[in-house]
Amino acid sequence: MSDEIKRGLQSPLRRKLLMGAAALPAMALLPRLAFGAGPPTAAVNTTGLAVTDTEVTVGILHSATGTMAISETGSIQAEKLAIEQINAMGGVLGRKIKVIQEDGASDWPTFAEKAKKLLVNDKVASIMGCWTSASRKAVLPVMEQYNGMLYYPTFYEGLEQSKNVIYTGQEATQQILAGIDWITKEKNAKSFYFIGSDYIWPRTSNKIARKHIENFLKLKVVGEEYFPLGHTQFNSVINKLKLTKPDVIFTDVVGGSNVAFYKQLKAAGIDLAKQTLLTISVTEDEIDGIGGENIAGAYACMKYFQSLKNENNEKFVAAFKKMWGDKTVIGDVTQAAYLGPWLWKATVEKAGSFDVDKVAAASPGIEFKGAPEGYVRIHENHHLWSKTRVGKAKLDGQFDMVFETADLIQPDPFPKGYQ
Amino acid sequence: MFGDYSIGDLGSIFVMQGFAGLILFSVYVLMALGLAIIFGQMGVINMAHGEFMILGAYVTWLTSSAFQHYLPALFPGYFFLAMVLAFMASGALGMLVEWGLIRHLYKRPLDTLLATWGLSLILQQTYRSVFGAREVGVELPQWMLGSKQITDTIEVPINGIFVMCLTVLITIVVAYVMYKSRWGRQVRAVVQNRIMAGAVGINTEKVDRYTFGLGCGIAGVAGSAFTMIGSTGPTSGQLYIVDTFLVVVFGGAASLIGTIASAFSISQTQSTLEFFMSGSMAKVLTLLAIVGILMLRPQGLFALKVRK
Repeated sequence: MSDEIKRGLQSPLRRKLLMGAAALPAMALLPRLAFGAGPPTAAVNTTGLAVTDTEVTVGILHSATGTMAISETGSIQAEKLAIEQINAMGGVLGRKIKVIQEDGASDWPTFAEKAKKLLVNDKVASIMGCWTSASRKAVLPVMEQYNGMLYYPTFYEGLEQSKNVIYTGQEATQQILAGIDWITKEKNAKSFYFIGSDYIWPRTSNKIARKHIENFLKLKVVGEEYFPLGHTQFNSVINKLKLTKPDVIFTDVVGGSNVAFYKQLKAAGIDLAKQTLLTISVTEDEIDGIGGENIAGAYACMKYFQSLKNENNEKFVAAFKKMWGDKTVIGDVTQAAYLGPWLWKATVEKAGSFDVDKVAAASPGIEFKGAPEGYVRIHENHHLWSKTRVGKAKLDGQFDMVFETADLIQPDPFPKGYQ
Repeated sequence: MFGDYSIGDLGSIFVMQGFAGLILFSVYVLMALGLAIIFGQMGVINMAHGEFMILGAYVTWLTSSAFQHYLPALFPGYFFLAMVLAFMASGALGMLVEWGLIRHLYKRPLDTLLATWGLSLILQQTYRSVFGAREVGVELPQWMLGSKQITDTIEVPINGIFVMCLTVLITIVVAYVMYKSRWGRQVRAVVQNRIMAGAVGINTEKVDRYTFGLGCGIAGVAGSAFTMIGSTGPTSGQLYIVDTFLVVVFGGAASLIGTIASAFSISQTQSTLEFFMSGSMAKVLTLLAIVGILMLRPQGLFALKVRK
C-alpha cells in the first residue's frame, strides 16, 4: 500500500478524532453547567475535605463480601439510589456527590482500616456505612479521632451516642417496647420465651424486653436462650417451647441460624397461626432466605415495611426496583440506609457547610419529609424520632402492617430503669 | 423445672427429645461422611468441604426453580432428582479440583489445608458473584413440610425423618464401597502405601480422583438435604465446617465406625445439654468434653492399631 493511499484512508478517521478531541473540553464543561452553582468552596469547606466547586466526595463502607454481604447489600443499594436521586436534583450545595465505595469484607478490623482510609486519604465529607454493632464499634474510635461523620442504618441495642454518628435505625427501646405492649394487649399474653443469637444486640435487646415485661407489665419470662452465631440445630429448644407453651415467642436470631430456626420450627409442627411469635430480626430481606411458607403468621416489630402505603414509599419502592431489579425486596435497614444521604444533604444545606463540626451541630432538628417510612426528625442525641410498627408475615414474603404507634417515638439510647 | 408438668407431657417430650438427638446425629453423620473419606482415607484436609455442600444446595435451588417453571406437575418429586444432580455437580467439581490442585500436594498434606482454604474463599466469592450475596429460599414440596403426628402430643418433623433415612442409606452405600468392593480395597491400598499399590498395578491417580470425587459428591448430597433445615447462601458452608471436622477428628480420622460413634456421642451430648441449659452453654460444655477426651486419646475414639 502506498503512503498516499494510507494517508487517504487515515485522514477521515483523523479528522473525526480531531473533532472528538475538540469536543472534549465542551463535554467537560457539561457538569459545570449543571453543578457548581453553589457557594464558593472556601466558604463551605474550611477543614480540607474532598470538596471542589463541582463535586463532594462521600464514602460508602459496607461488606460487599463475606458473611454480612447477605444483609449489607441492600444498604449499599439504597444509599446509591439516594445519592443518584440527590445528584439528579442538583446535588448538595450545588455539588455532585461522588462516591468512593470501600468493602469492609465482614471483618471488623478491616472496617476500621477502611474508615481511616476514607477519612485520611480520600477526605470524604461523610460516610454511609456499617451494619453490625461490632463493625460500628470498630469504626467509632476512628470517626472520633479523625472527626468524620457516619450515617449508621441498622436498628441496634442503644447504649451509644456520638457527635460523629447519626443513627438512622431505631435503638432497642424504640423498636421493642411498643411492639411488646401491643402484642400483650392483642393476644392477652402472659408469658414470653426469648430466643436469640449470642452476641451484644440480642442480649441487650432481651434485657430491655425482660425488664419491660417483668417490671412494667408484671408478666413472666419463662425462658431465655442464646445460641452461638451460625448455630443450625434448634430441635431441642423447640421441644422446650412445646413443654413450656409460652404465649409469645420473642426472637432475635440472626444470619444463617435465622433460616434454620424457622424452617425447623415449621417442621416441628409449631403453627405460627396459632402460636404467637414476635421477632425483631426478620425483615423482608431475611424472609427471602427463610421462605414465606416457613414464617407466615409471625409478627415482626420494625419501623418500616416494604408494603407501607404512603406516597413516599410507593415512589421509593418503584425507584428501588427500577434500579436494582424487580425481584429485590426492601427491608427495614435498607430503608434506614436510604435516609442517610438525604439527612446528610439536609443538614449540610442547613449548616451551609460541609465541615463535620458544623454538620454535627446542625443535625438535631433536621427533618426529612420524603422518608419512605414517613416523617422523621433527628433528636439531640443523634438518633431519629420514628414510629414503631408491627407487621404480620405473609406467604409471599411481605408484611401486612397490623399496628402503628400514633406518634413518633422518642429515641432513648440510655433508657433509665432498663439497665 | 419439671414440677409443673404431668407424666404424659414429660413422656412425650422425652420421646421428641430422643428424636431431636437422632436427627442431629443423622445431620452430623451426613455432613461428616464425605470428609471422613477425603480426610480419613486420603489424608487431605479439605477446608472447602462446606463449599462443596453449598454447591449441592445451590443445585437443589436451581432444580426446584426449574421444576416450578417448566414441570410444576412433577414438583413433589423434584428433590430426588436434585440430590442426584447435586452429587454429580459436587463430585465433578471435586474431581476437577483433585486434578488441578490436590494431586500436586499428596506429599505435603499440611499444605492441602492452606490450598483448600483458599479454594473455599474462591468458591464463596464465585457463589456470591453468580447467585448474589443474598440467601436464596429453596421451596420444598408440600409433603416434606410440617411434622408427623404420632400420638396426640408426639410430633416428629418430616424433614428430620427424611434426613435420617438418607443418612442410613448413604452410610450403607459408603460402607459397602469402602470395605466390601474391589475399588474400596484399592483406595485403602493406595492410602497405606502409594508406591507399592502402584507397583501391583493399581492406577493410583484414577483411584485418588474418584475417591476425592466421591467424598465431594456426598458433601453435595448433604448440602442438598440441608436446604430443608438450614440456609442457602454463599457462606452457609462455613456453618458446618467446624462441626464436620470435630466429628471426623473426634472419631479417629481413618475409621468409618469412629465417625459414626463420634457423631452419635457429640449429638447426644449436645442435644441433651441444650435441653437443660442455654444453647451457648451446651456448646461450650460439649467442646470442653471433646477437648478433654482428645487430650487423653489424641488418636480419637476409634483408631487403626498400627505399629509405630
